[in-house]
Amino acid sequence: MIEFRVNKMAELLDVHRNTITNWIKSGKLKAAPSVAKRYIVSKEELTELFREEGIPAELIEKLKIANGIKSNISENFKDIKEFVEIKKKTLPKKPIGSVMVVGGGITGIQAGLDLADSGYYVHIVEKSSAVGGVMPKIDKTFPTDDCAMCIVSPKLVKCVRHFNINLLTLSEVVGVSGDVGNFTVKIKKNPRYIDINKCISCGICSQKCPKKVDDEFNEGLSRRKAAYIKFPQAVPLKYSIDGANCIYLTRNKCRACEKFCPTGAINFDEQEEILNYNVGAIILAPGLTTYDPSGLDFYNYKNMPDVVTNLEFERLLSASGPCFGHLKRPSDNKEPGKIAWIQCVGSRNINRCDNGYCSSVCCSVAIKQAITSSHHCHGENGCRTIFYNEIRAHGKELEKYYENARDMGIRFLKAMPHSIEPAKDDSGAIIRYMTEDGSIFNENFDMVVLSVGMEVSPEIRKISDIFKINVDKYGFAATESINPVESSRPGVFVAGTFTGPKAIPKSVIDASAAACEVAKILIEAKDTKTHEKIYPEELVADHAEPRTGVFICSCGINIADVIDVSELSDYAKKLPGVVYVENNLFTCSADTQALISGKIKEFNLNRIVVAACSPLTHEILFQETLKEAGINPYLIEMANIRNQNAWVHQNQPELATQKAKDQLCMAVTKVSKNYPLFTQSVPVHQKALVIGGGIAGMSAALSLADQRYDTFLIERDNRLGGNAWNLERTNKGEAVRPILEYFIENVENHPQIKVLKNARLKSFAGSVGNFVSEVESNGIVHTVDYGVCVIATGAGESIPDEYMFGEDRRVMTQLQFEREMKLNPTLSYKAKSIVFIQCVGSRDSKRPYCSRVCCAHSIKNAIKLKEANPLLDIFILHRDIRTFGLQEELYKKARDLGIIFIRYYLKNKPTVKREGNELYVNIFDPISQQPLRIYTDYIVLATAIEPDQNEELSQLLKYYVNSEGFINEAHPNLAPVELAVEGFFVAGMCNYPKLIDESILQAKAAASRASLILSKKDMQLDAIKSFVTEKCDGCALCVDVCPFKAIKFEEIGDNRDKHKIITVDNALCKGCGLCVATCPKGGIEVHGFTLEQLKSQVHAALNTTEALN
Amino acid sequence: MPDKFEPKIIGFLCNWCAYAGGDVAGVIRAQYPPNMRPIRVMCSGMVHPDLVVEALKMGADGVIIMGCHIGQCHYQDGNSKAMARVEVVRVVLEDMGIEPERFAIVWVSSAEGKRFAKVITDFTDQIKTLGPNPLRKDFELNFKRV
Repeated sequence: MIEFRVNKMAELLDVHRNTITNWIKSGKLKAAPSVAKRYIVSKEELTELFREEGIPAELIEKLKIANGIKSNISENFKDIKEFVEIKKKTLPKKPIGSVMVVGGGITGIQAGLDLADSGYYVHIVEKSSAVGGVMPKIDKTFPTDDCAMCIVSPKLVKCVRHFNINLLTLSEVVGVSGDVGNFTVKIKKNPRYIDINKCISCGICSQKCPKKVDDEFNEGLSRRKAAYIKFPQAVPLKYSIDGANCIYLTRNKCRACEKFCPTGAINFDEQEEILNYNVGAIILAPGLTTYDPSGLDFYNYKNMPDVVTNLEFERLLSASGPCFGHLKRPSDNKEPGKIAWIQCVGSRNINRCDNGYCSSVCCSVAIKQAITSSHHCHGENGCRTIFYNEIRAHGKELEKYYENARDMGIRFLKAMPHSIEPAKDDSGAIIRYMTEDGSIFNENFDMVVLSVGMEVSPEIRKISDIFKINVDKYGFAATESINPVESSRPGVFVAGTFTGPKAIPKSVIDASAAACEVAKILIEAKDTKTHEKIYPEELVADHAEPRTGVFICSCGINIADVIDVSELSDYAKKLPGVVYVENNLFTCSADTQALISGKIKEFNLNRIVVAACSPLTHEILFQETLKEAGINPYLIEMANIRNQNAWVHQNQPELATQKAKDQLCMAVTKVSKNYPLFTQSVPVHQKALVIGGGIAGMSAALSLADQRYDTFLIERDNRLGGNAWNLERTNKGEAVRPILEYFIENVENHPQIKVLKNARLKSFAGSVGNFVSEVESNGIVHTVDYGVCVIATGAGESIPDEYMFGEDRRVMTQLQFEREMKLNPTLSYKAKSIVFIQCVGSRDSKRPYCSRVCCAHSIKNAIKLKEANPLLDIFILHRDIRTFGLQEELYKKARDLGIIFIRYYLKNKPTVKREGNELYVNIFDPISQQPLRIYTDYIVLATAIEPDQNEELSQLLKYYVNSEGFINEAHPNLAPVELAVEGFFVAGMCNYPKLIDESILQAKAAASRASLILSKKDMQLDAIKSFVTEKCDGCALCVDVCPFKAIKFEEIGDNRDKHKIITVDNALCKGCGLCVATCPKGGIEVHGFTLEQLKSQVHAALNTTEALN
Repeated sequence: MPDKFEPKIIGFLCNWCAYAGGDVAGVIRAQYPPNMRPIRVMCSGMVHPDLVVEALKMGADGVIIMGCHIGQCHYQDGNSKAMARVEVVRVVLEDMGIEPERFAIVWVSSAEGKRFAKVITDFTDQIKTLGPNPLRKDFELNFKRV
């Protein structure tokens, strides 16, 4: 690649500068604009042009010298070639089509489900007696405050039911041999002492067990028995006996459980087993442990009951925890009024615990806990205080979450408390702290929460040893930016908090990305180890008299706190057709699914009503339960008494209960009118479309193409690469160019990728599995058929309108400065002082979000300069330094090098002035409490990242963006790469500002999720379609209304009996029902939403007599 | 003591925007009066005028159709079609002796939980001001007779 300025090029070729500009405009010189009015062109293109124009080729060499650019591509190119060769060699010859996932937390579960759904058999190894990991312990998830159990439960249930997943609980890996494609993993399966097949989860063993021990699921805040289940919604829901504490197993007497077990499931003779599994690849997702603050004597965690960790606090908040959702402090079981959170306990600390990294999630966790505990108890305003170093709300929507917490009156104090001392009566605590201005306070709190960080435990280190993979000094698995889920051992992939501290969405993304990598190397063995699930034959129920079963969910206390569920149950019993009613704590949990199945058989139920949360999230789960019980999945209705009732009528329990009764009556009435529906299948275009040719788009395209799916990649510009062209190094210190060149070369040479540059999407039609678009590229319109689409349209640097940007050329944006550094290698010697200003245009009223990458970016450049010239003064003016995760090391290094960090607040922003030729910055230093004036040679603005506002595309594809224009994912925690429109996925910065490795990860995850659709030749259509009734007289009013051209007007019959009728094409029909509302005579209807069904709901809501018939 | 008038409102919520927005209102705990009974439909354009008329005839104090914002319809322009029918429905309602203000059509996206709550609050207030459905009396008599 050659970079040039137009005038320099004109000078060299001895032509007018307009000639060069015209060449660029006309496309004759295929140069792409770079920063600072420069252009970039490939050497080949230029040679070609010179040849055409008869310009001597030697001039090219001059051009490079003339601009003083050293191209580092060719130097690194060799490495890339080797890299590619190594990659090819690592692809196994005859791989085994099954995979071992180590760790049954959300990461392991997600990876397992992705692989099992795309044609690979999965073994999940979990150390404890149930899967789920940390997530079930959490009360709510940020930033939506969704109930964590409710969103993880369906995944756990799906996992335990999956035909192609073998769940190995109470198991651990003890050895591994073999190579990529063919590993043998040795598993030690510890005895459960209870036969899973005989256990009916009645809990009698636990009731009768005399031995009580601390309950680790409740973080030791309550006691459990030695015969126990991990938590009430455990998956699998089978009891186990804890061999280390059981009286019989330790002291050879008791056996009470054995005596009382009604099914004879207890088996004390069970021995540990050693099992060997042959697998093609391995995913390690062993998760995290939290830091134990007992060693920090000044926080008195061990001695004071009201000082708890953040995970303990989660249990105290949780409906399934020791306080049943009514927060009480441990010392005296009183509702605490005033609560303090202390951040960075055991993180960013090399004094007492050697955890130099930032744990990434604790700030948001503390904010969430402060917000949700205000719902739980009602102390006076401002009674919740968060003591912090820096609030790191760097994820999507988290800055708004933080601002919202401030608006709610949660107090944020920048102070690291000196100590926690007992208050009188041994309840509560006194915190001693110093504020930024040096004042010292002693303040009383009812409770203190220590925001402890994440750690790699010795057990997890053992896993790294067994698998012989490289780890960093903290024990996190070592990875590279180009493939952040690949360990140092081929065929072994790493995901979740094993590669560094992270929150749920990033773990879920990791999981799918790892699944994608596995699918790439095992592609030859796809579908060789899997089996199809066969459902029992459906019982005929359409004309049968409704026998409805009603299941009413308490949702912990989410519903039961507002709605009188027992009154609701009594009411349900009186409704017509209802033969069975039950109230469950969590209707979505695995045990309830088994219970529903059981009740269907016991009471011969043929219709089910679930009064719980939203059908949008949970109907699929219950439909699956019905299918397994031999009932048509459309014979269910849900009454949404949580999201659309209990949660929104919290202060009107009586009217809410009344509404719940109506909702239930509506569901019961509708379900009685439901009839079995059957799906049809349509062929899938096993091709993908990727929009955007940046790092994310290319990564997605490669991941899909490597799984053998034809992929179209369309790029708006005339070259691939996007923002990566402007970056020099990743935060891990790797050169970006080689990564970029690797991607471009692989994409352009991949036999299954077709790249269209200068391209625009012109049209869009179809549905998941069968999309069709026209793409215009260089004046030619191509028609593209595809089954899935990944959107990776990127984002860019915003243009600042402050700090004299544009008035003084020494004030520049981050990317301009990076370019300047590259062009001017002596910059660090010539300059005496450089000021970086952070959050320029971010975290303000115009853009109320954190641009996430700028802190580390500025620090990275500052370090580079300071290392080159230690005498150079560098100042970083910031609002909070957000070097989350392992990037914290950069921050520490910068401070060690003597880079000066000065904090400013939004209300007191720095100002930039010029006197003569002297440029300076005024800022108030909160530590010395002094105004400062810094004379400087450069001012670097860390400007906000803005999404590319692509109106045309969003109009065409109808995806949703948030208020700042970033594309919204379907669910921030559990569907972080899916869009609301089925078949669409998102990756990279168009979703939110991201680092290169994060974009790559998200792209791989998107490819993994997309390949679930592409992996099957046919896909099942939804059964919600329109159908023509006998009332249709062929008036054809509906034909034009249909937005999908699914309705046709056909002539049938022979000459004697010729008439016109309406027909519906099921592949095109989406069940929107526009035809229904247009038809004046009920000649066309939509299954599941017929006029009769909807009318029955109206009548039920109004409690008319007809409703009761 | 006379009972406080608690109107009954039938809401037809489209599956993609309004119903999802209603769910979000729950997630963010945006409070609104408990008078609306939600009926999930695939699209606001699916609601047959007969359903609206039927609901009001049977004694509902108000009917509200909620869909995606114009231009954001999951089915291209189903909401525009729904809106095109509104005037006709209003004329029919007037003929029946029902205030056309008892029927409304509004747009709420799947992200607008707060707005969902506000829309329902405002509409409920509007219906409370109008008082009970004039047809409800007849209907109640009817009901008793049966």
